[in-house]
Amino acid sequence: MDGTQFLQQIINGLTLGSLYALIAIGYTMVYGILRLINFAHGDVLMVGCYLAWFGAVQFGLPWWAALVGSMALTALLGVLIDQGAYRPLRTAPRISALITAIGVSFFLENLGLVIFGGRPKAFERPEIFNQLYQIGELRVLSHSVWVPIITALVLAGLLWMIYRTRLGMAMRALSRDLVTVQLMGIDTNRVVAITFAIGSALAAAGGIFWAMKYPQINPLMGVLPGLKAFVAAVLGGIGNVVGAVLGGLVLGFCEIMLVALWPEMAGYRDALAFVLLIGFLLFRPTGILGQELPS
Amino acid sequence: MRARPWLCGLLALVMALAAGGALAAEPIRIGLVLPLTGGSAAYGEMCLMGIRLAQAQKAQALGRPVELVLLDNKSDKVESSNAANRLIQRDKVVAILGPLSSSEALAAAPVAEAAGVPLVAAWATNPLVTQGRAYIFRTCFIDPFQGGVAANFAFNHLKAKTAAVLFDVARDYSVGLANFFKKSFASLGGQVAITAQYSEGDQDFSAQLLAIKAKNPDVIYLPGYLPEEPLLVRQARELGITAPFLSGDAAQSDELIKIGGPAVEGLYFTTHFDEGGATTAQGRMYAQAYRQAHGKAPDALGALGFDAYLLLLDALERAGSTEAPGLAKALDTTRGFAGVCGLTDIVGHDAVKPAVILQVKEGKFVFVATVNP
Repeated sequence: MDGTQFLQQIINGLTLGSLYALIAIGYTMVYGILRLINFAHGDVLMVGCYLAWFGAVQFGLPWWAALVGSMALTALLGVLIDQGAYRPLRTAPRISALITAIGVSFFLENLGLVIFGGRPKAFERPEIFNQLYQIGELRVLSHSVWVPIITALVLAGLLWMIYRTRLGMAMRALSRDLVTVQLMGIDTNRVVAITFAIGSALAAAGGIFWAMKYPQINPLMGVLPGLKAFVAAVLGGIGNVVGAVLGGLVLGFCEIMLVALWPEMAGYRDALAFVLLIGFLLFRPTGILGQELPS
Repeated sequence: MRARPWLCGLLALVMALAAGGALAAEPIRIGLVLPLTGGSAAYGEMCLMGIRLAQAQKAQALGRPVELVLLDNKSDKVESSNAANRLIQRDKVVAILGPLSSSEALAAAPVAEAAGVPLVAAWATNPLVTQGRAYIFRTCFIDPFQGGVAANFAFNHLKAKTAAVLFDVARDYSVGLANFFKKSFASLGGQVAITAQYSEGDQDFSAQLLAIKAKNPDVIYLPGYLPEEPLLVRQARELGITAPFLSGDAAQSDELIKIGGPAVEGLYFTTHFDEGGATTAQGRMYAQAYRQAHGKAPDALGALGFDAYLLLLDALERAGSTEAPGLAKALDTTRGFAGVCGLTDIVGHDAVKPAVILQVKEGKFVFVATVNP
């Protein structure tokens, strides 16, 4: 592999990693606050993509309007899922909520199959993300430049919200002790609803940028990005938004480099992600940036 | 408790219907295993359209109505074997049509073989599907032939001296076809410069494509599937790869063009049927009927479904009964069956029939050539 090729692989890794990171942020946020692994995150992402597809293709909206509209509706969906499926189990053992999340995931996938059908649909890439920059032998799609920037902006926005606003303070307090926070007069249901709204909107955004890169959508498209984002979140230290971004980037680089350096191992690419997950769970369950969980 | 008169009436009606049903000829039940959801859903839908057309043309065999029992295998290997089990155990089918892909057929075949129920695969081209089995048949050509046709086309028509082969390790079809292409291409005097792989469900192929780009091959052989193939070809063009792509029969679907867009322009593939190359009266009739029913050009999968259904019914008629051994014998002695895809012989459980080569031009599949076996 020569220098240009290596650089191109680095760029590929960065693109893929930023996409994982963008999706993992929403994943890890819900976990950080509720200690709930929301396995339906990937399927919420799928719904977000279909909403954007309907906006752009059926109603002819410009891409940014379809993006914002889809994020808003997906946020609403997230709140509804929380109210319908998770809130009744707030004080139940954590495993009940986890199993419910898997149920919600299957429900959304099959609902998608019934409503949208199983055949994949083509997803348009807007012109602004479709520019091809060529520097010598190096070819970079403008999408690959924008996604890391957007991921960084989202990360900065979230950090500001969590550490600099009253809502963020309530979220951090809630993650420590839900019952005590309730006793202090904070409307925990409202805080949780907002958390789900933000997490789901980010899933929609992540999904839409994913679909712009890999321009087809189908009802099962959320499964793999969802699992990879989960791995990224655990790698970085689940519950930690900076960790999620770091985990996403590490995972993206590792996958690309595996295929680049050992092409005959390409079939083991997904396996690598899950081996990493198992390795971390065994030897460093708190992830790269994680701290000991409050008991 | 007083018996309600309307309930008695209903009961009498049901009994009368049941008795009437028993008097009419018992239907012949044929199981249908197709991917209607999941990654291969498009293939399943196309094939089903053809089978429905065939059923509209001929809905009886041995003087009895034919009833199709349709099960979705969710594009999954395990579900395929479950579906075959269910059709045999619960629905007591006479024979099974499908599943489509080689991997799915390879999962269902042992179940049908063990139960002694004939299974007819319409699209599974990997040679292993029927090998060493008494009750498994197919009505499509096999991959040593298809890979040979592709290699010949690449070497003689595209004048390619070097080729890159990129295949899906998770699909028996792709692995087999890649190997047969490599063998044939090498024996013609061509050189396979690089072999790279990906896996079903992958969406990012940049690393493999960069390695291929570095070798600068004359042609890229990609026995790909939906949904990966159009994504892969798009990424190749974005990375500046200009070599022509050559694919197998799984390339033929609307989604290739819809998702692939301008990137798949010029792509060649080998397949089973195109109306431009229809060699039989049945083929031309089918193309017309299909256009009338669906308002678009017929695809290969529909044609294969149509042929598989009618070939199975033809064998049932010749066997004279629904007994499995007789039916299997009738299937294996099919000679000169005039199908949509051309004259078909079943030799050693596999079909021997022509292949066609198509190319994507201005968003349409355009006929290039017919290759006889």
